[in-house]
Amino acid sequence: MKLQRRALLLAGLLAPAAAIAEQFAGKYNPLAEQVADGLWMVRGADEAIGFANGGAIANSAIIATDAGAVLFDPGVSREHGRALGALAQKLTGKAVGRVYISHLHPDHAMGAAAFDPAIVHALPATRADLERDGEGFSDAMYRLLADWMKGTAVVLPQGDVTEGQAEFGGRQFRLMALKGHSGGDLALLDEATGTLLAGDLVFHDRAPSTPHASLPDWRASLDRLAAMPHKLLVPGHGPLDRDGSAIAQTRDWLGWVEQTLHDAVAHGLDMSEAGELPIPPRFSTLKAARYELQRSVSHFYPRLEAELLPKL
Amino acid sequence: MMAKLMTAALLVTASAPALAAPADPLHSPMWEHHAARLFGKDAVVFDQRVAVRIPEIAENQRIFPVTVDARALPHVRRIVLFADLNPIPVAVDYAPTGAEPFLATRIKLDQRTPVRAAVQTEDGTWHVGGSWIDAAGGGCSAPPVSRVKGDWADHLGEVRAGQWPEKAGETRLRMTFRHPMDTGLVENIPAYNIERLTLRDDSGRSLGEMQIFGSVAEDPAFTLVVKATGAISFEARDTAGLRFPGKVGA
Repeated sequence: MKLQRRALLLAGLLAPAAAIAEQFAGKYNPLAEQVADGLWMVRGADEAIGFANGGAIANSAIIATDAGAVLFDPGVSREHGRALGALAQKLTGKAVGRVYISHLHPDHAMGAAAFDPAIVHALPATRADLERDGEGFSDAMYRLLADWMKGTAVVLPQGDVTEGQAEFGGRQFRLMALKGHSGGDLALLDEATGTLLAGDLVFHDRAPSTPHASLPDWRASLDRLAAMPHKLLVPGHGPLDRDGSAIAQTRDWLGWVEQTLHDAVAHGLDMSEAGELPIPPRFSTLKAARYELQRSVSHFYPRLEAELLPKL
Repeated sequence: MMAKLMTAALLVTASAPALAAPADPLHSPMWEHHAARLFGKDAVVFDQRVAVRIPEIAENQRIFPVTVDARALPHVRRIVLFADLNPIPVAVDYAPTGAEPFLATRIKLDQRTPVRAAVQTEDGTWHVGGSWIDAAGGGCSAPPVSRVKGDWADHLGEVRAGQWPEKAGETRLRMTFRHPMDTGLVENIPAYNIERLTLRDDSGRSLGEMQIFGSVAEDPAFTLVVKATGAISFEARDTAGLRFPGKVGA
């Protein structure tokens, strides 16, 4: 009898907690890894955006300067942006003075909601992308992430970034206006340390995602990144690249996806069959490979069919 | 006490209409409704031999690929592809008269839903397979891309097709049609969709008959495996009576 009552009590205690567990978000707890003098990388989870990870899947970088911290990619939500801002303050002793958004995707861009739009800078193409797709992304993120997104509105960057040298707080940056992963992809070279912040033009041990990709543009951008001398590369997703392998790996995956889907259409496969094709062993280190292949099928297949299936 | 309960249960069973369908392993809120409507008093079994192959993510809720492969089942008469929680649940009703029980196409998703195929064999039994897929809203209730772009009429009825040898005596056939596939659920755009697809071999023998509904994706694509080689002709017809014919292997 005693046992039963205890079981009931326990059940009573646990049941409501379990029932509401999904309703409330946790706290973002971004962790920084110092990769160079005055430069830290904050790793995202190498996963799909989901409630369990709060959407914190993209890498960010923090750079110390005399005029305040530079935050490259402010995360997915207002709370995420605030947590990254607090981390930057703790690491550099200064508040965030400049935010760069590498491109429009919500895991990189929507955390700008935590900052004054005047200090948020991006390529003009990225602002145009956000004007077009920002609200749609916002809907999608609220659906997936619910409470994690509270207070997050679409913030349009006010500062225009242009290709070339830039100085902030005494630190010299080389800014690159690229495209291919999206309509506007910003990369930043920190000249003092030779660290290249590549945004989502470069994925590392995590399969590249292609919802707004133009593969010829992407490849041309990879050429430019490879030609830019650097010692370290912070990819948009995945671990720090110390040996220059991430650019080649990204290029290899994109080429494989393009050829594979082309062949799939040419051999009469439908979309779901193409998404089940075997992934070569050389990509076994890439996280989320099957997931991204199936997403890429969705992005590219109808266009390939229109190109390759004979018109009657 | 127990006896009373059993009596009550018996009474309920006796007074309720006989439900042929077994309990749903996917626990869909709409299962009993759809089962009663689609299967009536026919026998229903959940059967692993009905493979419903879908991606792990609905990347685009307007174009969600589904492959139904029931080639492990003998003597298939009919394949019904449906999504329980879509406002237009049934997407395709296919009679593979001279074809393998295999079908690949794309459907719209209006929310998280089970996606299933019910495959009827010659003995009348329905074999059901499928799984849940999470999806954002709007697959059925947002206007098609070609309506937003405004160029749907410029390409209406454009047909593309190809054929590939499958196993001996069989041909894999792929067909795509440019069509808005309007669901009627978007304000000021009435329902307008391809509603029928028929396939014949060179002698005029029927290879397949398909009823098609507005929950099939815009610019529909179909992949089928017919038990014929050589010239195969097909014709789609839409709800305005327009016909979109094609022929491969001629």
